[in-house]
Amino acid sequence: MRTPIAVVALAAALSIATGAAFAAEPCDIPGYLLFGNYELKHVVEAVQKEKKLTIAVVGTGSSILAGPDGPRSAYPARLEAVLKQKLPSVAVKVVSLVRTRMTTEDLARGMEKMLVDEKPDLVIWQTGTLDAIRRIDPDDFRAALEEGVETLHKGGADVILMNMQYSPRTDIMVPLGPYADNMRVVAQQHESPLFDRLAIMRHWSDTGAFDLYAAGKDNVLAQRVHDCIGRGIASMIIDAAHLHPESKAAQ
Amino acid sequence: MHAPTGRDLRLDFFRGIALWLIFLDHIPSNLVAWGTIRNYGFSDATEIFVFVSGYTAAFVYGKEMRERGFIIAGAHILRRAWQIYVAHVFLFAIYLAEISYVATSFENPLYAEEMNILDFLKQPDVTIVQALLLKFKPSNMDVLPLYIILLLLFPPILWLLQFRSSLALGASVLLYVLTWHFNWNMPSYPSGHWYFNPFAWQLLFVFGAWCALGGAQRLSRVSQSPVTVSIAAAYLLFAFVISLTWYLPGMSQYVPHWLEELIYPIDKVNLDVLRFAHFLALAVVTVRFLPREWPGLKSRWAWPPIVCGQHSLEIFCLGVFLSFAAHFAMVEVSGAIWMQFLLSALGIVAMVAVAGLLSWYKRAEGRSPGSRPKKTPDADLAGGEA
Repeated sequence: MRTPIAVVALAAALSIATGAAFAAEPCDIPGYLLFGNYELKHVVEAVQKEKKLTIAVVGTGSSILAGPDGPRSAYPARLEAVLKQKLPSVAVKVVSLVRTRMTTEDLARGMEKMLVDEKPDLVIWQTGTLDAIRRIDPDDFRAALEEGVETLHKGGADVILMNMQYSPRTDIMVPLGPYADNMRVVAQQHESPLFDRLAIMRHWSDTGAFDLYAAGKDNVLAQRVHDCIGRGIASMIIDAAHLHPESKAAQ
Repeated sequence: MHAPTGRDLRLDFFRGIALWLIFLDHIPSNLVAWGTIRNYGFSDATEIFVFVSGYTAAFVYGKEMRERGFIIAGAHILRRAWQIYVAHVFLFAIYLAEISYVATSFENPLYAEEMNILDFLKQPDVTIVQALLLKFKPSNMDVLPLYIILLLLFPPILWLLQFRSSLALGASVLLYVLTWHFNWNMPSYPSGHWYFNPFAWQLLFVFGAWCALGGAQRLSRVSQSPVTVSIAAAYLLFAFVISLTWYLPGMSQYVPHWLEELIYPIDKVNLDVLRFAHFLALAVVTVRFLPREWPGLKSRWAWPPIVCGQHSLEIFCLGVFLSFAAHFAMVEVSGAIWMQFLLSALGIVAMVAVAGLLSWYKRAEGRSPGSRPKKTPDADLAGGEA
């Protein structure tokens, strides 16, 4: 896997060496994991000219949370809340179009209709988990991903790709590496930012921000992680579209 | 015409190192794995392992084929393939036990989607049969099936290598090229293909065998010329710089677009030519700076990897088992960083201890009165071939 293991290890080793408990800020994401040099042109245009921003989250099971609080606490809703707070003069709308048990190919097929229905300025496409579980051929996976991204770009939307969750309990069973690598390649070749959820959650686990090994039906951990993911994507969008958080609303 | 007689300890040494690295890489979420070579270039320990295995298989069975004929040597190679199959099935049983336990004791709403991984447990009738057919291979259990196929096909290849070595190597290259051209691979269950495509990876195995049967000597003038060594070193540096961009995405903007288009994706499934070249470069530089007679190989510091490399099948299987066990301990006890270092160190100590024990057994059996003199080639002492 091409996660920034070396960097994290170095940081961790340093923190051990200096004897400091690695007191990670909750949600802390190092810049090298978050910011690329790709611009979100359609987002810039929509925000500056029309003072609006419509975001569609297309994804699978890991983009929702179960339970009565689920819809409010999953990361799409958290993203919307943070963006509204940071950009009070922009009409921000985040629609969550999540369907469970879908492969990348299934999701790619639905993109055209989604563009017509929602007319998003930005699509956050979370995918890869079921492909890895089902061992879809990585080449087929990449082809489906490329097709989907191209459809979205042609349809006038920016794209942020989001890869799999870091799941330490199950990672011996699912080889995520080839899928994560292919998502990185597709993101680079189509000049789209990648929200590297795998590396980011791994960072949180390594720094002790979250105990992702924990087992239990408790929803609190899941809600906190989703909140942090929502904040992370919000930072990424603001950075990649060069939007400046407005006045005091900024953190 | 053949390589100097006697064991080249460098082979055992590097195979032992490769076994350790494979173990470290197989423990998921292991920070220690950042130190393994896959993070600093295109190829990883798998290439070393496959090459050395091809080399030693040819060394051991080639000698036998010359002395006792095609049938006897071929039968021994097939018996070795059967042993590896049994080892693979044994590991699969352990794997099933572990994941069934971990998975059913795990309920976390954050990972509802990841729990789909257990779907295959709902159909043991299909899954287990597919596993026996080598079509269903859990992650980290892809290497042994590759070996089984390589060994099943090895007798005729070895025969050809003895008489027309260039022709055999040429056929191997041709198969590699055709595989890339026609996308040949073996099917997997539930979908997809083999993670290590045997039609592509055979190139490294056959190349190793070819080197063992005199190819390395024939190549030595070219491979040890200053020009070749410089090119190899430059290529290793290039791969290192590219690999840095995987970890520091900020740096990827300095990689020109055309270069990205050219090199990506670096295909492990089909042994990307960049990976093969990276292995060759590593080998050229290693052979240049680590001579066969290097006294360090006889020192006691070199003994732990060498003894592991000399019992490769057992230690490989042990490493896979230990990586499952380490994962289990991380899940059930603690996944903290100190634990990752501890488990990594304990695992390597266990591998060395077991390899030492196996050596002791072998010596004890050799000495016991009335034991039959061994006629079959001592594959392990010569490095084994798994």
